[in-house]
Formats: sequence, structure tokens, C-alpha cells
Amino acid sequence: MAEEAPEPIPTGGVELGISEYTDIGNRGKVDNPVTKLDKDKQRKFTTDHTKLKELQGPFSSGPEVTRACLGCHNTAGHQFIRNKHWTWSYTHPVTGQKLGKRILINNFCTNARGNEGMCAQCHAGYNMKDSNYDFTNEENIDCLVCHESTGTYYKTPPTRGNKACSVMFEGKKPIDWVKVAQNVRLPARSNCGTCHFYGGGGDNVKHGDLSSVLFHPPRDVDVHMSEEGENFACIICHVGEGHEWAGSRYNMIARDEKEHARPKPGLERETATCESCHGDKPHPLNVKGLKLNDHVDRVACESCHIPAFARGGVATKVDWDWTTAGRTRNGEGYKEEGYQQGNGEWRHTYKSIKGSFKYAENVVPVYRWFDGVMRYTTIETHFDPSKPVNINSFSGDPGDPNSRIWPFKRMHTKQPYDKGNNTLVYMHLWGDDDAAFWGNYDFAKAIKVGMEKNGIPYSGEYGFVDTYSWWPINHMVAPKENALACDECHAKQGRLAEVKGFYMPGRDAPRWLDMLGLLMVVGSLGGVAGHSLLRILLAGRRKD
Amino acid sequence: MPVRSVKIFSGFERFWHWTQMTIIFLLLFTGLRIHGVHELIGFDQAVELHTWGAIALMLLWVFAIFWHLTTGAWRHYLPTVNGLWPVMRYYAWDIFKGKPHPYRKHFWRKHNPLQAMTYAALKLMLFPAIWISGLAYLFYNYWQGGISNPWLYWVANIHVLSAYAILSFVIIHVYMLTTGDSFRHHLMPMISGYDEVQLTDAELAYLEQDEPNRLK
Repeated sequence: MAEEAPEPIPTGGVELGISEYTDIGNRGKVDNPVTKLDKDKQRKFTTDHTKLKELQGPFSSGPEVTRACLGCHNTAGHQFIRNKHWTWSYTHPVTGQKLGKRILINNFCTNARGNEGMCAQCHAGYNMKDSNYDFTNEENIDCLVCHESTGTYYKTPPTRGNKACSVMFEGKKPIDWVKVAQNVRLPARSNCGTCHFYGGGGDNVKHGDLSSVLFHPPRDVDVHMSEEGENFACIICHVGEGHEWAGSRYNMIARDEKEHARPKPGLERETATCESCHGDKPHPLNVKGLKLNDHVDRVACESCHIPAFARGGVATKVDWDWTTAGRTRNGEGYKEEGYQQGNGEWRHTYKSIKGSFKYAENVVPVYRWFDGVMRYTTIETHFDPSKPVNINSFSGDPGDPNSRIWPFKRMHTKQPYDKGNNTLVYMHLWGDDDAAFWGNYDFAKAIKVGMEKNGIPYSGEYGFVDTYSWWPINHMVAPKENALACDECHAKQGRLAEVKGFYMPGRDAPRWLDMLGLLMVVGSLGGVAGHSLLRILLAGRRKD
Repeated sequence: MPVRSVKIFSGFERFWHWTQMTIIFLLLFTGLRIHGVHELIGFDQAVELHTWGAIALMLLWVFAIFWHLTTGAWRHYLPTVNGLWPVMRYYAWDIFKGKPHPYRKHFWRKHNPLQAMTYAALKLMLFPAIWISGLAYLFYNYWQGGISNPWLYWVANIHVLSAYAILSFVIIHVYMLTTGDSFRHHLMPMISGYDEVQLTDAELAYLEQDEPNRLK
């Protein structure tokens, strides 16, 4: 095969085949869910799982381990089957929209629905092979992916997909089920990060502020999570009990209410907001701090304290073009490396299975008024394809006390849509049949089957539409000395140049004001100059 | 009437004048930075210095107002048309012909009528305008009840406009020192405190008797 490979491209290289998510997970040492604040939580545990007779095995599969877990933790299963990580479904409490991975279409790999055979690699359960999953079978809960502490546990896609994808399953060491079952604890970064740092098809692809850098971030990338900083695990902020925890993108607390802002001792902290620890007057009581505190009601903490996202050497995708997907070389799909990111690694700028991508690092966010409520363009939404479609959108207004100015990653994509019905489409990407796009590279078939499989009306004709998705930025909080300088916004062409509807010093003074000011000052100077010139000239004449 | 060199600007008055001058320059410099006219220092530094400058100037003003009221010095600024016309005529006409300034300082009237009127306007109109707008600007969060309140726009504009007017005053004020006798002649009284003043016999007698140190 090597000799038939096409000529190498100058930057990076070309690889044949498909290998997604083969290189994910914590690369450094496995962390524990501790913080600098309360040292090692492990020592306070009252159970040593290695000594439990229920966990001596033998186990040969995940569900067998789960059965053992649920044997003692006999309400954990009832709790977890209501969690989004299991249901992949969410009904928005404000809009009533049905959301979640089971339904939504994004502008990355588009739809998990119908492609569970691959996408459910990141479902916190076993054997989700297709859309007909038994969500009541607690034995399919994957306890280990969140609680395992050795770092040797891994997940592969539930089905094997097209033969081009076989590389994804190669070279994996078998899991030592007894060992992983005995070594469990609260979730650490290495657990959460294995999925969440790789959303959208690779390291930091989707969010921009969630990358593998956060497994062991330097202090300047994340002051809370860094071992040189507070060494927070995810669960220190994403607090919760009973297998439900705080922090949802669908329904965010754009401005934390007073009762959440620094609760009194003994009260439960139940939000993941900055204010829940730092309060709503977080800056010191001095002239500068008081002025900064004046901003808290209108500017999200993140807007100043996350000066840029995709920091620390791992890039994020900012542009995705599906129209170029499907090219093959010698009849095979391939990948091109065209972007070298800060940590020296090359990223793919083209994949036959997905199209062309653009990356960015240290990205300045887009700022918008945001009230916390996300509305989605779903498969049912009809849109005008002549304009870019917002995959998700939100409201927010300077006059609304619950809105604040938030930073966002704005993702642009050209993706397939139903040209006849003006809706998004479900694509059939994964499968071992001749319609799955990943392996066959035929949009017409993949869309037709994807829509049919899910009983969605399809006009039979597809096109490509420009879409945007909006990702609120919350992670990668910089140390305070790296917070934004005031004039990043308080300037004529600052970061908030597009954010209107209120008066901001340094930006909004009207032109007439300076014209009038100039007239006064120049008028005075001119008057003074003319007056003194006359005095000098006339004094000269008098002498003559 | 005798003309004598009398200390007409007390130590406090001179301290007040020069401190006020320094702070006004600081406020102009930092204020213009905040407004976006220059970028010689950072916005945050400018805001902090501007706020501290304002606090210092307000404090100074508390003392100055107290001093004006208790010493009766406020009467120097009472507007009058008596003698106003010759002064105006002087600046508009006679100065070009090399005529001397028509006004002679009196012990209880150390400013000429035009000057007194200008200072009174400055103190009673321009300064309050910049104080009130400045305080409203600084504490906007306590009154505007929502960032979209249109009043902030006007507060900011009045504040900046007052600042431009004060800058114009400073320009003309400094220029005025060059008229009449000499720049030095006008400047020195605010440094040494002493100036040539026409005294009534009674005033001279009073000073000789009770405040001989004010006479040179």
C-alpha cells in the first residue's frame, strides 16, 4: 500500500483509512478528584473496594461489573438512568424543547442519532448499538467509565462499522475487569476528560475550552485545575449528589442569583457558577476592585477571566466544510495533516469522512448578551437556507437583569440539509452496509438512509447550508494577573464593538461631543493666539 | 489711596490653588485617556488615578468651601458691573494700544470684575456640573437601575463637555497672565502671596495695627 500512496503533501502527511478516537484519554498520570483545599479525599473513604468479596471476580464484561456495583449501591442505578449521560435526552425546562444527543444535530459530525454504533463510545452505558436502546436496563450502566481510577479502562465504539474503521479496534490491551472494578472512586479529570475533552471528533474540537491540556494544565491555562494552582477535579465545580450535577449548557445560569452566590455554611452549593464560590462581589475592596464589582451584574466573570480559549497548545476547530468530504485516493478514504498546533502535534485539515477543517488557538471569543436559555434548530425546524442557520441561538438584552455579556466560541460549518424541506438532515455515517458515509462516501445514500431510519420526511434532494453554533466559554480560567485589561473592551474598536444597547466609556462618546470639545479648546487656543499676535504686531507698530 | 505690597493670598489659598491645579491636570490627563483621546497609560490605571484624583479634589474642596465661608473670602467673587466695562474694553481694545490695565486691586476686591465673574461662573456652574456628573458617572450602578438607562449617555457627555470647558478655561487663564504688566508679575502673588494693592487708610491702619506681617 505504501508504494501506491499519493505524493506527500508539504505540510504534515497523508494517512489512509479511518481512525477516530483511537488516541483519546489522559496522557499523563492519573489524577485523583482532590483539590488543594481539602487534600486527599480518598483517605476519608470508609470502604476499601479491593477487599470486597463481591469484587473478587471473575468478571468478563462491563455489565457483570455493574451488577456487582449495583448489588451494594442499590439506588445508584435508579439515580443514574435519569441522568443525561445515560438518557442522552433532555427536556428544556424553559422552552420545552426536546434536546439531547438522541435528538440534536450539531455542526460537527452532525448527528449521533442513528450512528450510536460509533457515537455511543461516549455513552455512559454498554451496548448502545442503535436508536432502539433499553433505557431501563440498569445493568448496562457503565459505572467504570466515570469511577475507574487505574487509567487502564477504555471504551470502543459499540459496533465495528465499516471495514475501513477496523483500525479503531486494533492494538487494545484487554481490560482487567477485576482490577478496574476494585479501583473505583469519585470521578477525576481523567474520567470526565476522556469523553468531554474530545467532543466533536477529537481533542478540543467542539468546545474550544475543553481540551486534553486540562488533564494537567499549567497554571496560566487554568488556574483552578492546574496542579500548580488549586488542582480542582471537574466535580469540585460541577457539584452534585445522587448522580445529578450542576452545569448544563442547555439551561445555564447566566447571572447567578443571590442565594447561589456564596451560600452560608451548611447550605448546599448546587450550581457550577463562579459566583457560587466567589460571590457576586469578588474583587477586593479598593478603588479598582469596587469599580470591577460594578461590572459583575452585567458582565459574566468568564468574559474577562478567560482572555482567550484553546490555550495551552491544543487547537480547536472553528470551521468545517462538509462539501469536500468523500474524496478518495486509490479508492480509499484518507486524511491530510495541515495544521501544526502549539504543542507541536499535527491536526488533520482534511478527512474523507468529514471534509475540510480550519483550526485556531488562543482564540478571542465572540461576546454576546446571553440569558442562559439555549434554543435549538432541530430536525423539525424549517429555515431559510439563503441565510446562515444558527444551530443554537439565545436571547439576551442589556435591559434584562438576568442577562450578562458572555464569551462564545462561534463555530462555522457548511453542512448537508434537505433542499426540498429546508430542514437539517440525519446522516447515516456509521455502519457496515453500503450506505454508511464512513466507508462509502456517498452523501445521497447516507442522507436518504439516515432520514428513513428515523422516519423523517426527506425530499430526496440535499444541498449544503452555512450554519453557526454557539459555545459558551467557561473553562480555562486564567490567573487574575492574566485577566483582560480594561481597554480590551473600553476602546472604540474593542472586543465589545459589536455588543450594543448600552453606554460604555471609552467606546460610545458621540462624535458631536468631541467636535464641540475641539471647537472649545481650539477656539480658546486660536483666540489666545490671535489676541497675542495682535498685541505683538500693534506693539511693534507703536514703537515705529 | 496708598498702594502697598500686601499678602492677599494666604498660605491655604495658595496651597489650594496649586494643589487644585495639579489635580485638575491629573484629571484632564487621565480623563482624556478614559475618553479615548490618548493611550499613554492603561485604561485601568487611568480610571484608578482619575478616581483617586477626584476623591482628593473633593476633599480639598470641602476644606476650600469651609475656608471661603469662614473667612468671608467668598465675597471676592460677588459679581458686579461696577468697573466691568473698562476691563472688557481693555482686553478687547486698549491692550492693543499699550494702555495700562484699568483695574487696581483692592484689599477686599482682589479680582477685577471680569475675573470675579469668570471665577464665580467656574465655581458655581462648571465645577458643580463636572462634580455632579462625575459622581453620577462613578456611582452609575446605584441609580440607573439597568444598563440600558439612557441617562448614563447624558451624564457622560455632560462630564466630558465640562472637562473640555475647564480645559478652555485653563488655556485662557494662563494666557491672561501675559496681559497687563508681565507673566511673572501675575504669577508671583500666587507663589509668594504678596501683591500691590490699593488700601484705604482704614485698611492700612488696620493692617499696620493688627496684621503687620501681611505688609511688606
